[in-house]
Amino acid sequence: MNTIINTNFLPILISGILVGAVAGYLGSLMLSRRMTIVVDPLSHLALPGVALALLLGQDISLGAFLFLFMGMLLIWFLETRTGLPTETVIAILFSVSLAITFLFLSEEQIEKALLGDIAKIGFKQAIVIVSVCLIIFLILQKIYQKLVLINISEDLARAEGLRLKKYQLLYLLTIATMVALSVKYVGGLLVAGLTVLPAASARSLVRNLKMYQIFSFLLGACSALLGICLFKITNLAVGPLIIISGLFFFIISLIFKKIYEK
Amino acid sequence: MLENSVETILSVKNLEVVLNKEKIISNLSFELKQGETLTILGPNGAGKTVLLKTLLGFFPYQGEIKWRADVKIGYVPQRVPFVRDIPLSAEEFFELKTKKKEEIKEILKIIGFGTEILKKNINEISSGQYQRILIAWALLGEPDILLFDEPISGIDISGKETIYQFLDRLKKERGLTIILVTHDLSVVYKFADYVICLNKCPVCQGAPKEVLSPETISQLYGQEVKFYEHYHQH
Repeated sequence: MNTIINTNFLPILISGILVGAVAGYLGSLMLSRRMTIVVDPLSHLALPGVALALLLGQDISLGAFLFLFMGMLLIWFLETRTGLPTETVIAILFSVSLAITFLFLSEEQIEKALLGDIAKIGFKQAIVIVSVCLIIFLILQKIYQKLVLINISEDLARAEGLRLKKYQLLYLLTIATMVALSVKYVGGLLVAGLTVLPAASARSLVRNLKMYQIFSFLLGACSALLGICLFKITNLAVGPLIIISGLFFFIISLIFKKIYEK
Repeated sequence: MLENSVETILSVKNLEVVLNKEKIISNLSFELKQGETLTILGPNGAGKTVLLKTLLGFFPYQGEIKWRADVKIGYVPQRVPFVRDIPLSAEEFFELKTKKKEEIKEILKIIGFGTEILKKNINEISSGQYQRILIAWALLGEPDILLFDEPISGIDISGKETIYQFLDRLKKERGLTIILVTHDLSVVYKFADYVICLNKCPVCQGAPKEVLSPETISQLYGQEVKFYEHYHQH
């Protein structure tokens, strides 16, 4: 289990909340049909990158980002150039990345890769994480509406003169960055939960896009806040605690929905 | 007569479109002047939708497509699936295109909606209303020309007008040029200045009353095609 010194708690909490919030905001885009497909294999692709980083004693987010970036280009290439079904590509990439991870890592390292590693986050790192989050948030704000339009109808988006590939690539880049950051907090396997759970909760609660964005952002932040506080109290693994917190809000949102519909 | 004084908005010469090694359209030339209504008539799979999308610049082509400079195009695609996975109000849908609230309200009036539709989730409206919303979307930004792919028949605008009467009114009031893809022969007779009968290559083209004869129509659709269409109607 991770044990952290008290002085590290604040940077972990603050950076964690921001990662949770921006991941939730990004997740609100991922819930749509065509975009969920990419998230899951991507987070698994992060695993071999994390493994390599652990072996070389480097930052796991850096390793994750490198592999995610290459993996994305690969998926993008395969999707646009070959007729191979995406599911097939995903299945292959997933099992291969897991195999590579398990082959080379020690047990302790595997735990870090799968569940996250926040022990090393100090003030300096937290500042980097917070800045990257803010940049990603700004980029997402710029492209959000365009991505929604592309998702509604590529024909309408093209007729508006949008260059679809540019936006899709930007979108994938923001995903890669957020997944790479999230890996520190929730590990390589649970990232999808960090992004999708807040958005899924938000969707049951609201009826328009603006509230959907706000709620996804806030619920992402709340899940991280609750998870990290629970971690402080229980000293259990922080990643699963954040995801369970996300699940907690999801269940509450479902209850609210039921009451509201009556 | 006055033809030379009216501006040409679109001119197409020897258009050929090949997609996935299959020739979809060939040997098509026509010219469209401002304020005219062009209908594209033809069986399923004749390349009508591909033609519209090629005119919009979605597909590569050979030959020449020349739009008037600075032309503004509104487009109503044949199928836009309901937005089920993102909560979106009608107002937010319009705001994906323009932030000018006044313009949105004005277009709503034209299309026969009150402002109460704006707050509605786009998921909770009928398919007829959805198509009208899409038409309104296309009309935002004051397009010079509307490209309309197969309106659902039986949609009434404000209860009195059919979609075709509505388009005809738009044409008269706003000088809108229209390209309309349709199956419906009666629409062609009533509203079109010009018709292109398309079955991969143009079977006939010209003023509807002059070029549409029983012979050209049977040449366009043929027995087999009719059979095919029934098969697909379930």
